Amino acid sequence: MLKKVLYIFYKDFSSELRTRYAINALIMFVIVAISVILFSIGSEKAPENIFAGMLWVVIFFSAMSGLSRTFVSEEERGTTLILSLIAHPTSILLGKLLFNLVLIFFINTIITILYYTLFNDFVIRNFEMFFYAFVLGNIGIAASSTIIAAIISKANAKGTLYPVLSFPVLLPLILMLIELTKFSVEGVQISEASAEFLVLISYDVIMITASIMVFDIIWRD
Amino acid sequence: MKNNWWKFSLFLLIALVMIAGISPRIIDVPSSIWEFPLIPGLEDKAKIIFFHVPTAWLTVLAYLMAMFYGIRFLRKKDYYDDIKSVSAAALGLVFCLLATITGSVWAKFNWGSFWHWDPRETSIFILLLIYGAYFALRSALDNEEKRARLSAIYSIIAFLTTPFFIFIMPRIMIGLHPGSLEIDAASGQIAASANPVIEFKMAPNMRVVFFTSLFAFTILFFWMWNLAHRILKLEFNSQKEIS
Repeated sequence: MLKKVLYIFYKDFSSELRTRYAINALIMFVIVAISVILFSIGSEKAPENIFAGMLWVVIFFSAMSGLSRTFVSEEERGTTLILSLIAHPTSILLGKLLFNLVLIFFINTIITILYYTLFNDFVIRNFEMFFYAFVLGNIGIAASSTIIAAIISKANAKGTLYPVLSFPVLLPLILMLIELTKFSVEGVQISEASAEFLVLISYDVIMITASIMVFDIIWRD
Repeated sequence: MKNNWWKFSLFLLIALVMIAGISPRIIDVPSSIWEFPLIPGLEDKAKIIFFHVPTAWLTVLAYLMAMFYGIRFLRKKDYYDDIKSVSAAALGLVFCLLATITGSVWAKFNWGSFWHWDPRETSIFILLLIYGAYFALRSALDNEEKRARLSAIYSIIAFLTTPFFIFIMPRIMIGLHPGSLEIDAASGQIAASANPVIEFKMAPNMRVVFFTSLFAFTILFFWMWNLAHRILKLEFNSQKEIS
């Protein structure tokens, strides 16, 4: 089981390294998105809280443009049948989830570093809190995006539908993450944000379990 | 005319709710059954509760029904279950719009603007988005079996997020609806006691009207749903005969 998961992860990972299609497109997307924000703000003074929200806007849209590829490319190349011959649906899902996790961690780290260096007004005063929120948030985004990508890969208008379907599902997570980022910018202690962290943890657990439960039904044509 | 007695009684019940909900005067100290107590800051506007809460409740109920029949489709592969699920979702969308519009118009007159991003306003907006996404997904799938299967799964996945909106976030965020955290006007801090979501401080006569209204609108919803899924079923069967 674990071996199969790792194999599927390795397959996606190596094919990604060969073409570097998703990574290149994503990095360009991130640079474009951040420069749009930079140009639109210009030399104006904006309140700190705005930047906390903007960071997650960039992260959400880059996730929307990159994370659907794992399943959509399988559909396009017509390799879904072979994949379902090789492994159990659950291990397929977990392999794809692992790949998406690695991808989103990589991309979001780049986004955050760029964001932090380019915006002088974005100062994180409680770094520990931001780090925990960042890790839990990435897990949640990867879990929801992967299962929605599996649904979307069977539909016709793949590219446009993906953010439409993901947004309502991701919103509780995004709202909590924006709150927590605001807190970390303001320098609030972790103990005061326990409710938000509990919501994040429960969201991640619920989403991963639910994906594993319903994935068989999506996969079986 | 036979078997229509419940339709007439439903008509009477809803008419009664409207009269009983709108006509009573608001008095400081109510003495008769046709007078409601005065709530400071709400006055006559408190009467929205009889009509706005049922729409919000039916939005959630319709969603649950859409999901229930979706799951039943996944288990039994019966297309009529899918039809029932769609009709529940379509009606849910209508009630969701109604809840959003009534609440928004009321907020303009009581809180000063149409939209405040209060947690409950956010949650009804999310439900609107979920319903929209559900129908967008259905229109993007042309294969009948795939359409039923994937939209059922999406309704399950989307339903998992609704408890966060309906039960958790309105209670841990600052908001204007009953039940949210409130800012204490005197100290500027968050008030220690969050008031319960359904305020049973409601006067007894108001409570009777409120629950009668919930009941009557729920029956109305089931009647509408019954008609809708029967119509869709006829369409479904006639298309089969043609092809």
